Amino acid sequence: MIPAAFEYTKPSTVDEAVQALADGGEDAKVLAGGQSLIPMLRLRLAAPTLLVDLGGLGELRGVRDDGDALVIGAMTRYADLLRDPLVRDHAPLLAQATATVADRQVRHLGTIGGSLAEADPAGDLPSVAVALDVSFEVVGPDGWRTISAADFFVDFLTTALGDGEMLAALRVPKQDGWGTHYEKFNRVAQAWSIVGVAVAVRRENGTIAEARVGLTNMGNRPVRARAVEEALTGAPATVDAVSSAAARAAEGADPPADVWASAEYRSHLATVLTRRAVVAAGGIHAS
Amino acid sequence: MTTVQERPTGEVGAARKRKEDARLITGRTMWTENVMLPGMLHLAILRSPMAHARITRVDTSAALREPGVVTAFSGRDVAETQGSLPCAWPVTEDMVHPDHPPLAVDEVRHAGEAVAVVVARDRASAVDALATIEVDYEPLPVVLDMEEALAEDARLVHADKGTNKAYTWIFDSGEAGTGHGVDAAFAGAEVVIKRRYIQQRLIPAFMEPRSVVVDPTGDQHTIWSATQIPHILRVMVALVTGTPEHKVRVVAPDVGGGFGGKLQVTAEELIAFMAAQRVGKPVKYTESRSDSLLSAHHGRDQIQDLELAARRDGTVLGLRVNLLANMGAYLGIVTPGVPLLGAFMYNAIYKFPAYRFVCTGVYTNTTTTDAYRGAGRPEATYAIERLMDELAVELDMDPVEVRRRNWIRHDEFPFDTVAGLTYDSGNYEAATDKALELFGYEALRAEQASRRESGDPVQLGIGVSTYTEMCGLAPSRVLGALRYAAGGWETASIRVLPTGKVEVVTGTSPHGQGHETAWSQIVADRLGVPFEDVEVLHGDTRTSHKGLDTYGSRSLAVGGIALVNACTKVVDKAKPVAAHLLECDVSDLEFADGAFRVRGAPSDAAGKTIADCAFAVFAAHDMPEGVEPTIDADATYDPGNFSFPHGTHLCATEVDTETGRVTIRSYVAVDDVGRVINPLIVEGQVHGGVAQGIAQALFEEAVYDSEGNLLTGTFIDYTPPSAADLPDIVSDRTETPAPDHPLGAKGVGEAGTIASTPAVINAIVDALRPYGVSDIRMPATPERVWQALRGGARS
Amino acid sequence: MTRISITVDGVRYDDDVESRTLLVHHLRDRLGKVGTVVGCDTSNCGACTVLVAGDSATTRHAVKSCNVLAVQADGTEIITIEGLAGGDGSLHPVQQAFHDRHALQCGFCTPGMILAAVDLLAENPDPSDAEIREGIEGNLCRCTGYQNIVRAVRDAATALRGADVAEPASAVDGQMPGTPQAAPAVPSEPESVPVEAVPRPVP
Repeated sequence: MIPAAFEYTKPSTVDEAVQALADGGEDAKVLAGGQSLIPMLRLRLAAPTLLVDLGGLGELRGVRDDGDALVIGAMTRYADLLRDPLVRDHAPLLAQATATVADRQVRHLGTIGGSLAEADPAGDLPSVAVALDVSFEVVGPDGWRTISAADFFVDFLTTALGDGEMLAALRVPKQDGWGTHYEKFNRVAQAWSIVGVAVAVRRENGTIAEARVGLTNMGNRPVRARAVEEALTGAPATVDAVSSAAARAAEGADPPADVWASAEYRSHLATVLTRRAVVAAGGIHAS
Repeated sequence: MTTVQERPTGEVGAARKRKEDARLITGRTMWTENVMLPGMLHLAILRSPMAHARITRVDTSAALREPGVVTAFSGRDVAETQGSLPCAWPVTEDMVHPDHPPLAVDEVRHAGEAVAVVVARDRASAVDALATIEVDYEPLPVVLDMEEALAEDARLVHADKGTNKAYTWIFDSGEAGTGHGVDAAFAGAEVVIKRRYIQQRLIPAFMEPRSVVVDPTGDQHTIWSATQIPHILRVMVALVTGTPEHKVRVVAPDVGGGFGGKLQVTAEELIAFMAAQRVGKPVKYTESRSDSLLSAHHGRDQIQDLELAARRDGTVLGLRVNLLANMGAYLGIVTPGVPLLGAFMYNAIYKFPAYRFVCTGVYTNTTTTDAYRGAGRPEATYAIERLMDELAVELDMDPVEVRRRNWIRHDEFPFDTVAGLTYDSGNYEAATDKALELFGYEALRAEQASRRESGDPVQLGIGVSTYTEMCGLAPSRVLGALRYAAGGWETASIRVLPTGKVEVVTGTSPHGQGHETAWSQIVADRLGVPFEDVEVLHGDTRTSHKGLDTYGSRSLAVGGIALVNACTKVVDKAKPVAAHLLECDVSDLEFADGAFRVRGAPSDAAGKTIADCAFAVFAAHDMPEGVEPTIDADATYDPGNFSFPHGTHLCATEVDTETGRVTIRSYVAVDDVGRVINPLIVEGQVHGGVAQGIAQALFEEAVYDSEGNLLTGTFIDYTPPSAADLPDIVSDRTETPAPDHPLGAKGVGEAGTIASTPAVINAIVDALRPYGVSDIRMPATPERVWQALRGGARS
Repeated sequence: MTRISITVDGVRYDDDVESRTLLVHHLRDRLGKVGTVVGCDTSNCGACTVLVAGDSATTRHAVKSCNVLAVQADGTEIITIEGLAGGDGSLHPVQQAFHDRHALQCGFCTPGMILAAVDLLAENPDPSDAEIREGIEGNLCRCTGYQNIVRAVRDAATALRGADVAEPASAVDGQMPGTPQAAPAVPSEPESVPVEAVPRPVP
């Protein structure tokens, strides 16, 4: 299939990009890596009048160390993230989740910003973002602002980005000293997650001092499993304690039903996968 | 038994790397979509978004005003002339056979049915203009479920027919005289196993989307098509359109897979033909994947109600099969016959004496079904192999043992089956023993026991599947008896060129099977020419004017014999020429190692090769009296029987009882396909077949919503497995030659698909028996396994 | 229309393209590079895979050319299946291994599968079978069950390591493992692929 016709522009600065989006009006759309957008265009499920290609914005690509956080340009590709030593050392959960996205060809072009701004709750990175309290740096006609992960994801495929705004960078808190794991469960290797669980835990002595748990595809937006986090905080680092905490994984979630899984099954999977992810992240062994 | 000739020059049986690869691995392949012709236009098709509706208005006039558009038309514009897509297999005299217009005229009966078309200068313009076509649909009630479709007051797919039933076809061994009546068998049974199995709807999902180019500008209308059946297509285009057959040329260039899915005369081919005639220019249509999944024919989709009668010692006494087969909305080329191919296979490798098969074909508002790899035989084999496992459980017997007690022993061939076939040869004992050894059956059983003992959340299951299949479609007299419109013969022609190089023309139409290589091996041996000197031509009715194409594991089993016979004729024709050259009597000559020599002469003595004879008849200066100056030869072969390869497949699955995820831990396939021409190709066929069978068991299903919309309309939702989803496959062979084939070969194309699906499901159910699970619906998705575990635990 | 310049299999092409034109359609319909094929419309099948360099990524990498707009590819260098063989007609080790191991049947997925494997081996010169299977998860094959593909990729890895050209570093300066410049001639088996069957290198 062939996309419907659209105009195309490739700005070379962020200001130009913002201007182009403003000029394009409500049917203008940002083209990041295109790995989700182009299939939508081909199936004619999306028909923007203008695509603003951010591929020329070198300033939006790359990872830099900013003290207690990494700042990652929105146009940084999955493959670049996976290769980046800063990400590997300070944001391992992001790397683990990114490694499971689609396939290597898609990871060569797809970008972290594109994935997050698409806000598909079945995508693997949004749940990581909410688990880690990633901050979203966005720019638009009214300048720059920062949106928290909790506020960024509004609904299915819907974000807090305003008219003419675009995602420019992510501020990812370092997880030095944390154990992390992304547990993905899908139908076939390249499929979207039926459910995914992103976990970061920090152990102190024999207990879990802090825990962050994000759930993929358990609602119309990525879910932060607060009940699990609370149950884990201060709990002994044992499989039993983790199991009883993980049993609360689906609390407050509103999982979708589709061809491949019912909501009930997703809720069940969330508890099993959360237990496994926490056990893996925390390096917890059966006693 | 006929003597099977040994390998004269060693090509047959050698693991020759394929000739075809040279173009395929370098991107020089000639796909239909690569055909570019001067002035060529592009076709786009508007498809129905509704599963059942009356078309009250179609207006294509706006499309004509769009840039680049040359013409646009709907079914109404061609209603009088477009004809009806053919079904060549009216299985009963009273079969309900609705018209099947390429373009819907007054009514659409499944989502995706073609409604109108645009022809434009480029592909994008054609697609763009579709949006300007106005169609008013008046929704009609949708019927999707086969049992609902057969109910008294059912909504009708074809209102004018008054029923959704296409036909009922019955085979009864008592009536046919091939065995006893089943009622007596059941009356005397100590055990009756009664089950319902669902063969879910699958989509063949060949990798190359269908594509067709029609050039009406020459003396012949030339059709390039990504088809398995160029010869059948030519006949059918002539019959449907009224175009004289000699004015139609069909070319199947390189074709990217078929699996039965391209065994069809498609609406798209006829629409492109109409469009090209209308505009007087070449027209191309290539489907998108989403169009392909929606509108190319689907496969399987049967409900099997089964009853097996047995004694407590494990002896099976009889089988009743009551089958509902979903035709979809219309009949494709062999739609009604697909389940009948299975009818002869429910008894599988077993000797039981009583069998009754009743099949009812049902219309629904879904895409038409038709052949998909195995076509009827995988369904039948699944049913009986699942039942044999259930019987083993009922009798507390090992599943291998229960099969052993019922199968035909190797010294009982040829064997007349309860379904009326004569199995040619086989050695089920040998194949099974080899499979068990490769698999490490006993060790896995021990591990299974210990995991059960320890309550391991990951349980181990072992699945056994034995099978035979009928290859070599088909003896024409059998097809005639089954009311199929055509025969089952195959042709081959050998042209020996003046320089001794050989062109082979085959009526088979390969699309991945490697005929160019295997046929070259056979000819090289038979004529004593180098493998490299043989060129195999196929798939163009201009060079290969007759043939019945490639499907049903028939190409080698039938076409291979035609090829051998043509080679024999070449040698026979060359013989008097060689005798003349050698100045000896014909009766003194023998042909061996590629040369004619005087009988008894040493093998290094001067002789005359086929090439020598070819040059001699080319020059023709000095021909023996009365001998035609050619050694070219044709042969057409009609098989006297099917061939019956068989095998035993074993599968070990690990089932995560917490998530329901099934992982195949090991898979062993031991197949007996008779003598093997090329072991590389045979192994490849087994691998691919096993993968497709696993895909039915675990991954694939075409799903409609309650309105008849296909929910699995892209590869995002219809999920053929990737390398990461499939196991390592251990494959091996036993070799029981086919007595009726001069090369001893049987056929291999469908074997893996037939055997593997029940192997996997048996393994999953075996893992879950302790949880009270005795069946799992396909595909065995993690959720279905989990639900079965919950249900089993409750019961 | 947008003016783009791309280099495909060593030849530079300057063309005006519609912004909606997919890279694969540009390659096939405009440039005649019909060795690259389209198998789906959701970027699942990978049949259209090509290798791309020069779009400010650090290495050459495999992408699905049906999932890239031609305008996005402006300024890049692309290697398709047609440009993978050496200038002397010698097959790339991955091509050779696919032939030797019977890793293809209908051949429709083969161009993409081969290029995905080349890409995988550039990053991981010695993959395990599991890594191979995961590495080609973006490419669907309906014929082979992947068994012989995995074998072929394993063989090609060995061949490439022997030839010492699989270092990812070689890609940084724009050299693709196995391009005419980078790949030493692979010992070709005379009986395997007839010489006349191997395409001539692009000028």
